[in-house]
Amino acid sequence: MSMKRLGRFHGGLHLDDHKAESTGEPIRTLPPGNRFVLPLHQHIGHDAEPVVQPGDRVGKGQLIAAPHGELSAAIHAPTSGVVTAIEDRPVPHPSGLPARCIVIDADGEDRWAEGLPAPVADYRRLDKPALVARIRDAGIVGLGGAAFPTDAKLRIDKNSIETLVVNGAECEPWISCDDMLMREQADEIVSGIAVLQHLLGPRETLIGIEDNKPAAIDAMRRALAAARLDDTEVVVIPTLYPSGGEKQLIKILTDKEVPSGGLPLHIGIICQSVGTVHAVHKAVIEGEPLIERVVTITGDGVRQPRNFRVRLGTLISEAVEAAGGYAPDVVELLMGGPMMGVALPSDELPLIKASNCVLASTPANLRRHHDAHPCIRCGECMKVCPAQLLPQQLFWYSRAKDYDKAEAHHLFDCIECGCCDYVCPSHIPLVQFYRHAKGEIRQLRREKEKADRARIRHQLREERLAREKAEREARLAAKKAALEKKKAARAAAGDNEDDPKKAAIAAALERARARKAELAKQKNEAS
Amino acid sequence: MKFQVDSSPHLAPVNDVGHVMRQVLLALLPGIAVATWYFGWGVLINLWLATLLAVAFEAGVLALRRRPIRPVIGDWSAVVTAWLLVLALPPLAPWWLLTIGVFFAIVVAKQLYGGLGYNPFNPAMIGYVVLLISFPAAMTNWVAPTTIADVHLGLLDSLRVTFTGALPAGIGWDAITTATPLDAVRSGLRQGETISEIQNSIAFGLLAGEGWEWMALAFAAGGLWMLRRGIIDWRTPTAVLGTLAALSAVFWLVDAEHYASPIQHLLGGGAMLGAFFIATDPVSGSTTPTGRLIFGAGVGLLTFVIRSWGGYPDAIAFAVLLMNMAAPTIDAYTRPRVYGEDSRP
Ligand code: SF4
Ligand code: SF4
Repeated sequence: MSMKRLGRFHGGLHLDDHKAESTGEPIRTLPPGNRFVLPLHQHIGHDAEPVVQPGDRVGKGQLIAAPHGELSAAIHAPTSGVVTAIEDRPVPHPSGLPARCIVIDADGEDRWAEGLPAPVADYRRLDKPALVARIRDAGIVGLGGAAFPTDAKLRIDKNSIETLVVNGAECEPWISCDDMLMREQADEIVSGIAVLQHLLGPRETLIGIEDNKPAAIDAMRRALAAARLDDTEVVVIPTLYPSGGEKQLIKILTDKEVPSGGLPLHIGIICQSVGTVHAVHKAVIEGEPLIERVVTITGDGVRQPRNFRVRLGTLISEAVEAAGGYAPDVVELLMGGPMMGVALPSDELPLIKASNCVLASTPANLRRHHDAHPCIRCGECMKVCPAQLLPQQLFWYSRAKDYDKAEAHHLFDCIECGCCDYVCPSHIPLVQFYRHAKGEIRQLRREKEKADRARIRHQLREERLAREKAEREARLAAKKAALEKKKAARAAAGDNEDDPKKAAIAAALERARARKAELAKQKNEAS
Repeated sequence: MKFQVDSSPHLAPVNDVGHVMRQVLLALLPGIAVATWYFGWGVLINLWLATLLAVAFEAGVLALRRRPIRPVIGDWSAVVTAWLLVLALPPLAPWWLLTIGVFFAIVVAKQLYGGLGYNPFNPAMIGYVVLLISFPAAMTNWVAPTTIADVHLGLLDSLRVTFTGALPAGIGWDAITTATPLDAVRSGLRQGETISEIQNSIAFGLLAGEGWEWMALAFAAGGLWMLRRGIIDWRTPTAVLGTLAALSAVFWLVDAEHYASPIQHLLGGGAMLGAFFIATDPVSGSTTPTGRLIFGAGVGLLTFVIRSWGGYPDAIAFAVLLMNMAAPTIDAYTRPRVYGEDSRP
């Protein structure tokens, strides 16, 4: 076991981790319920396209919506049953807007569909396109929360990857689904890692786990030792929020920084969460599409916090029911953790691929955003910012809608981790300002792009018209010039005797005249 | 079931402005205790009076501006301003002097600019400088340290002096006041005395001034405590004191008879209070890490220059205000490197 020298990212927070609440009991598999709601948009990119109709019977694992375009992800039936509707429904998304969903009523048999990919004993026998296709067909996306289609990340040249980073940091308080998955299914995670190594050929693989998860660290180390993977190691990192942020974890493990505005790929790194890697194992080795995941149901607002293996599309209310129901004074429900989670207006919403945690809170642990004071420029925010930004300046510029300055101060490098907001003594809802400013800037960009496109279209049209006009005129002028030239040539030739065409015409006319006279003569003789 | 929605982060905050300000007040207590020990009841009377005035002025302006009063008073910043002003003023300053000083600090320098967070200048120092320029005589009536004065004023006598200006019968101002150490150095040098002659007086105590040296050390102790608790950043005070010490050391080593020693500069006046409590005012200072070093160095440099060659014995206030003007520019040029900025693949 080598002692790796760790990098360090700027700032960060030591937070109460609240992991113990939900890690006392093993993961419990929640039996499938009666109704499933599957949004077509559970990932970054294009919506998936339904390939079933209301009324269709589907088997467990059957494709119900196919990926549309390069960046998209397939969706599968989580159990067997009947498609009852394809319609707009409320979904767990910050916008709060309803979105297109496929609704399936279970038949209770939970019967696998026919024709699913067969398990593969030796993935090494599959070539790269076949492996990537298997991952794409299984609908795998980043399960750490970002939900980026995994196959899109893997479609790269082999050997362009120096380091495969496996993210088991799970730095946000309360969330423990990755911790439990590593404890209970380390072998499958390691098997998924082996598949990715085969695909990417990285020089080294680093599995980053925060030191507050000793059981997970042990389990992963044991599984690694058993699998004998080369150049692969578990790296124990200090518990410091947000060490699980992709850029922060990369800095810790490799001491390299992802270029501002760039991707880890640009420095030869690919990052996958342990949940995603586990799903890769399921898809490639066992032939199972992504129809379930581990979700932490926790918080001081539920009675028996715990991790559950749930079918995607299960309603949150059912999962909370399984966790003993709500505490009486629960007021807030989050998808995700307390720092970056999204507040949900209701629990009649489905659990989706990105749902790592449902956190129900009572007022005791909650902030109220309406008691903000003016900024006193104390710089606390700057001290904790893991992106090394000046949150205070970003705030002034965002509030003043001085978006050029905000961008010049790297607004788009803000990862919305909430550290600045949490320490601000003036309780300014900083992240809200940044999110709003980013939204506005994106909107302005889109409008500008549209206007640019319209302007370019207009310009092209004008140019085309002008060009056509010029061409027409040039053609006319050329014709005219040719005629003139001919006329001039004729004039120069003086007589047209030696013009064969003219002579031919004259001859023809002569013949016609003769024939006419002949005809007239015949007519006269007849009468 | 329905739930309330709010934006992330959702964790209850750990910090608030009132909490920070109360800790600053706590950190001032050792210095205040020493000041009271050496300079008498006047210190406490002034603190009490200035606190009342500051809160009253702040509440009054907020009422006029139709702003909620409670949360602003609750942030304790007016009290911090009042205390810092008082600690820069002579301990037996009359009530009207305090009133004018607090008025300029709270009403003009703070609220007219939009309240806490919007003031470009340190309010306490604005109040101090206004008084220094308008009432130079009243500002130099410094009380002699009790340990070397012939006459001691009790609580009632001190109150009478503050509110009526009347000294007890038979005592003149000369009997209870004396020049501050830095003032003594200045006027001594002007009269052609050497530093060693000047410092022979008992008013110079062990190191840099009877009473003053202990007051400075007590403020430094409070400052270090704030550093430990992370209330202030180490850069500003280090840069202020480091620059002041370095510059004074150079001149003192070259000509020890005409330039005061670094010890005199650090402990004989307002350097410690200024470095730990005034230059660190976040609102009017620089906020970037490099900016804080530059800001602090500027304060140290200007303090030394004005003390040595300028028209005033002490200079922390002017130095801080001048650097306040430069702070926005300093910040603009010292933005730290962002994660991933200029990092090459
Ligand atoms: S922490 Fe809050 S009050 Fe302090 S500088 Fe940042 S935004 Fe301003
Ligand atoms: S939310 Fe953005 S600005 Fe605030 S600490 Fe995180 S990265 Fe920095």
